[in-house]
Amino acid sequence: MIRFNAHKTLQMPGGKQPLDISFTLETGKLLAIYGPSGAGKTTVLRMLAGLTDAGKGCIEVDGDTWYDPLRRINKPPQLRSIGMVFQDFALFPHLTVKENLAFALPKGHDPREIDEVLDHMELGQLQSSKPGRLSGGQQQRVALARAIVRKPRLLLLDEPLSALDDDMRRTLQTYLLQVHRSDDRLTTVLVSHHLPQIVQMADVVICMENGRIQQTGRPREIFSGSHEIY
Amino acid sequence: MIDLQPLWLTLKLALLSSAILLVIAIPLAYWLAYSRFRWKAIPQALISLPLVLPPTVLGFYLLLAFSPENAFGHFMDRYFNTRLAFTFPGIVVASVIYSLPFMVHPIRSGFRNLPSSLKEAAYTLGKSRFQTLVYVLLPNIRASLLTGIVLSFAHTMGEFGVVLMVGGSIPGQTRVVSMAVYDEVQSLNYHNANIYAGVLLVFSFCILLTVYLIRPPFDNDNLTS
Repeated sequence: MIRFNAHKTLQMPGGKQPLDISFTLETGKLLAIYGPSGAGKTTVLRMLAGLTDAGKGCIEVDGDTWYDPLRRINKPPQLRSIGMVFQDFALFPHLTVKENLAFALPKGHDPREIDEVLDHMELGQLQSSKPGRLSGGQQQRVALARAIVRKPRLLLLDEPLSALDDDMRRTLQTYLLQVHRSDDRLTTVLVSHHLPQIVQMADVVICMENGRIQQTGRPREIFSGSHEIY
Repeated sequence: MIDLQPLWLTLKLALLSSAILLVIAIPLAYWLAYSRFRWKAIPQALISLPLVLPPTVLGFYLLLAFSPENAFGHFMDRYFNTRLAFTFPGIVVASVIYSLPFMVHPIRSGFRNLPSSLKEAAYTLGKSRFQTLVYVLLPNIRASLLTGIVLSFAHTMGEFGVVLMVGGSIPGQTRVVSMAVYDEVQSLNYHNANIYAGVLLVFSFCILLTVYLIRPPFDNDNLTS
């Protein structure tokens, strides 16, 4: 179970904006966060990752406290069991695909796990290529492979399919679902603007606006009404 | 026949200074690039001072500091048995201070130009700050590192004012090429001065040409930003 609670004033380009959000999520579920630009979606992801603090809030994952300022707990990203796919992929340009995955593999893990993930994500042919030589879809797959090779408890995806054409989006959506369903204990939080993607993938959706939750529920329930599309 | 010693001394000074500068400049540039320290402008201004200060002014203050009669010189003399005024170690220290901005600024620009997501991705993959610096950041600012090394090397090769004030142009100890040129001209020995000056000119041109060839987008940003 993930318990997330954040109260913080954000410095946005248009001025200060309060972020006041709280939710719980069962382990193994896929949560989508939906909303307009500037709603605070990526900030929530960064707070979960430990890249931004959650102000006066609290973050607990499977009974383990990751953030609680009252108890002076703020686990750095290195100590949180996360895999994160950044919007710009953040692949290390000086390393090959395989080296990117090897860099992510924790000490003591069997190096054959890298080959398993490469095969699973159909990246075997590209393992010796540098990220700069790959297409957007291929880079996205490498970023996902790198995030899951650590076998994290929490997979964080920031607009993972935004820069792709429809065919590639469908293919990668399948990969994402395979990855998510391959491990019952893997909880995934996805930030997305893409309604069909959310409806097909998410178990739960949170609609955010101006740093607050507007609606929470199953995607089909939420989006069957006259919800505003961003 | 010209005396080759100033050439070797200059080369030794430039190599040593650049090596020391690289070790000092990487953590300093990292701190300047990423620290949120409120008064960061003060160390930034101090590091950039040699860019605007007349070398003789810097040299004068360093000479005062290196004097065994003053605290720093006395400390070095007493605890390290090292005299810095009018010695080779002294001109190395002076060169390091004088060329610091030429090494720090390109490296700091290199760090700042990298997307922050690279650093953050390494953190989410369990890597410490030091591992991230060594295995992610530094390999991706190779061009900036090279620019810093080459610029500070070339700058040290052509130093005059600071080295003259601190070193005093002692043959075999502190008399570098730029001073050899000056001394030869003072003695009206234009032939030797021409050779020393020509070597320095060709060498400096080749070094800058290397920088521009390796890094086409290189511009003044690296010196001033």
